[in-house]
Amino acid sequence: MTGSGVIVFVMRRFAVAVPLLLIISFGVFALVHIAPGDPVRSLLGARASDPATLAAIREHYHLDDPFLIQYFKWLSKVVQGDLGVSILGNRAVTSTIADRLGVTIFLSLMSAVLVLGLGVLLGAVAAFRRGTRLDRAVVMFGVFGISSPAFVTGIFLLYFFGALLHWFPIFGPGTGFLNRAWHLTLPALALAISVMAIVIKITRAAMIEELDRDYVTFARARGLSSRRITFAYVLRNALIPVVTAAGLIVVGIVSGAIYVEVTFSLPGLGALTIDAVQKRDIPTIQGTTLLFSVFVVLVNLAIDVIYMLIDPRIRFGRVES
Amino acid sequence: MNTHVASTGNPLLRVEGLAISHGAVPITTPLSIAVERGETIAIVGESGSGKSLTARAIAGILPPGINATGTVTLDGIPLMRLAETELRRIRGFRVSMLMQDPFTMLNPLMRGGDHIDEMLRGRPEFASRAPRAAEVKRRLAEVGIVEEDVARRMPFQLSGGMCQRVALAAALARDPELLIADEPSTALDVTTQAEIIRLLRRIQRERHMSLILITHNLRLAFSTCERIYVLYAGSLLEVGDAAAVERQPFHPYTLGLLLSEPPADIRVPRLVAIRGSVPQAADVVGRCGFADRCDWAKQICRAGKPPLVARDIGRLTACVRQDEIQGELDALRTAALCAAPATPRRDETEGALVRIDALVKTFDGPRGHPIRAVKHVSLRIMPGESVGLVGESGSGKTTLGRCLVGLETPTAGDIRIDGIAAADFGAMAKADRARVRRTIQMIFQDPYSTLNPRHSVGQALSEALRASAGAASAATPERIAALLADVGLSAAYATRRPASLSGGERQRVAIARALAVKPAILVCDEPVSALDVSVQAQVLNLFKRLQAEHGLSYLFITHDLAVVRQIAERIYVLYLGEIVEEGPTERVIGDPQHPYTRRLVESIPRSANQHAP
Repeated sequence: MTGSGVIVFVMRRFAVAVPLLLIISFGVFALVHIAPGDPVRSLLGARASDPATLAAIREHYHLDDPFLIQYFKWLSKVVQGDLGVSILGNRAVTSTIADRLGVTIFLSLMSAVLVLGLGVLLGAVAAFRRGTRLDRAVVMFGVFGISSPAFVTGIFLLYFFGALLHWFPIFGPGTGFLNRAWHLTLPALALAISVMAIVIKITRAAMIEELDRDYVTFARARGLSSRRITFAYVLRNALIPVVTAAGLIVVGIVSGAIYVEVTFSLPGLGALTIDAVQKRDIPTIQGTTLLFSVFVVLVNLAIDVIYMLIDPRIRFGRVES
Repeated sequence: MNTHVASTGNPLLRVEGLAISHGAVPITTPLSIAVERGETIAIVGESGSGKSLTARAIAGILPPGINATGTVTLDGIPLMRLAETELRRIRGFRVSMLMQDPFTMLNPLMRGGDHIDEMLRGRPEFASRAPRAAEVKRRLAEVGIVEEDVARRMPFQLSGGMCQRVALAAALARDPELLIADEPSTALDVTTQAEIIRLLRRIQRERHMSLILITHNLRLAFSTCERIYVLYAGSLLEVGDAAAVERQPFHPYTLGLLLSEPPADIRVPRLVAIRGSVPQAADVVGRCGFADRCDWAKQICRAGKPPLVARDIGRLTACVRQDEIQGELDALRTAALCAAPATPRRDETEGALVRIDALVKTFDGPRGHPIRAVKHVSLRIMPGESVGLVGESGSGKTTLGRCLVGLETPTAGDIRIDGIAAADFGAMAKADRARVRRTIQMIFQDPYSTLNPRHSVGQALSEALRASAGAASAATPERIAALLADVGLSAAYATRRPASLSGGERQRVAIARALAVKPAILVCDEPVSALDVSVQAQVLNLFKRLQAEHGLSYLFITHDLAVVRQIAERIYVLYLGEIVEEGPTERVIGDPQHPYTRRLVESIPRSANQHAP
């Protein structure tokens, strides 16, 4: 497959993603109407319900138009980057989200790096030492992590490393890159531990399978160095199933971030969403939900492309004999 | 224990008392092998003989959990005492290895040429990219690859033969003095097999390299190697000069193996089969491993493990009764090699049981490119006739067989089975379909995957019996026993499950199941190619007997000309979806007309002193 082939592949995946995004946006829009009670009341929030305000809201949200027309009007605004106005602070939803996005992105990225880096490392160690106590300890750690929710692990980490040992701050997102990384270490770790078991298990199983392959034996028979065999042969082939699962893991991390942000009192998107739900701030809920959904769809698209790039059998369009 | 061949001077490789075990379970008894510089030896054995693990023990790459004791000395260096890091400087540079399956030997994520490239990187003269690329090209040329782009292609874009050549070039990239080739041609097509073996021979001679060929094929070993080590259930049974062993085998097993391999140049009335199946080494500790299958076994054979002792110059055998029975062995050999009387030829095509006319089968390929698996094939099978369909992988032979039994629907063309139009099973009347399905049955290649592992043999057979015509009569134990007896198994097998059966036994059960509906014709797709050579002969004899007793017709789909020679009266040669030659077996194999058939016939391994017409 040539360069243009890759583009065709990406375009084709994109073509599938667009209708999916439309369906999601429709669901998100319908939230206003699904929410119990009168939509005007939902959108009114804490403002005084004098007839003038009600009329203004009706006018602003086109509530007198038929449902589908309302949707298309809303969608055309969303496409232009207008998610409406929060009913609480009377600020644009987009600017609220922009304020909070940084922390969540930092947290999720840090956590993803931890999950994939540490998870692959632990899985590889377990595979090379399979059957030993170290192997069992690593697998146990993974199972322990996945069975305790991120907020529980978070509280434990907070108490132990924050309150008892004072190694890490227990509050706030920090400013500047290093300070922020220091502040977000515990939350990122709590988030990482909760999904790391998947990476450990997949890496371990894939590595054990790879170590048994003919090409690994053949590489040893040719006297290649153990470093070359480990990286170019075993690890590279074992990473294919890990990448396949990475989409699931990243999505898991981002949804886990909601709890962790609350646990660690971080002003991120998750905390914003929880806040909005509690206060029935429909436009904000719509905004964050839409953002999460778009993110999930894009991550899956990205994983498909990465998968194709690392496995030449897909890139070159394997021809069955 | 004097178990190694009296070799002059000091051999390149000397293996002494090498015993491999898995925990406490023995895999081989202590065995000794010597390889001179520039010499080619063969280790011949069936599955479970321990030949591959012996090879891996020599290279020091046994799988985890498998241990070896004894000594392996390469040019004075005790390999088994070296640490892994030191061994890495020996492997590749002095000893290298080539494995069986070309498709799994190369890293699927690395280009073909990179496998050679990575072997050269350590050398100062190849430190930069350009000279290395030139060297890769030169190395590929040595193994007969001149196409420029092979080095840049991924393994899955290469054919099996190409992969095997690239792997060979990679194995030889550090110029080892000893190459261990573990079944290097077994997974390849017949014509490619011959090419790879010729290539190995040429490179071995040009480099004056030592070669250990691990194979199950005695004939290939005779034609390629100077000395033969026959391994059976973990013990060496016979060692000797290839020509001498071929002329006069000293061990009943070697003779049995030799006679079990169907000859390609004559049709014998009945193959001399070895009864039973290959035992595990652990089950035959302290006695001759072959005693249970040997016609000459006496009390003494089971009293202790017979040692390998010299009986002639450069000849050793582990048969304690060799001098007593040698005369009988020789007589059996002579008797087995007399040709069967030519079968009366049938030329009529009227009343054919199966008629295939202008059959076409096209599959949808990637990106809408159709793949034409079968192109315009016509074929006849008469009642009671055995027809061979010969071709290599990709020839469309399996697709044709599957069309015939209704597993695929042909794109165009006509199939008539017993007078019923059976091209499209979906469009047939229910009664017709039932009749055709009872008329024609299929036997598959892999006896392991065709039986439901949860069903006992009796359940599998009674299920088939219920499907037979007039199923009013229940599938009684008597009828199951009769079916089992038909394929040479006792009634006790009815309670066994597939997992407890050997490959040969499973294939017999599969045949019995096909026979349950009293078919007129069996379509057999490579029915013996997954079986050990000694078991293959039994099953071929069974096919012959069933044909005589039941008046069965066969469509025997195979790549193996020797097998088809023994079983088929007429053959069709299929090449890239087209029949290129057809006719009576004797004529097609004896006097092939089409260049492709000629290539197939020439690919059969023949040794120097057996260059028959």
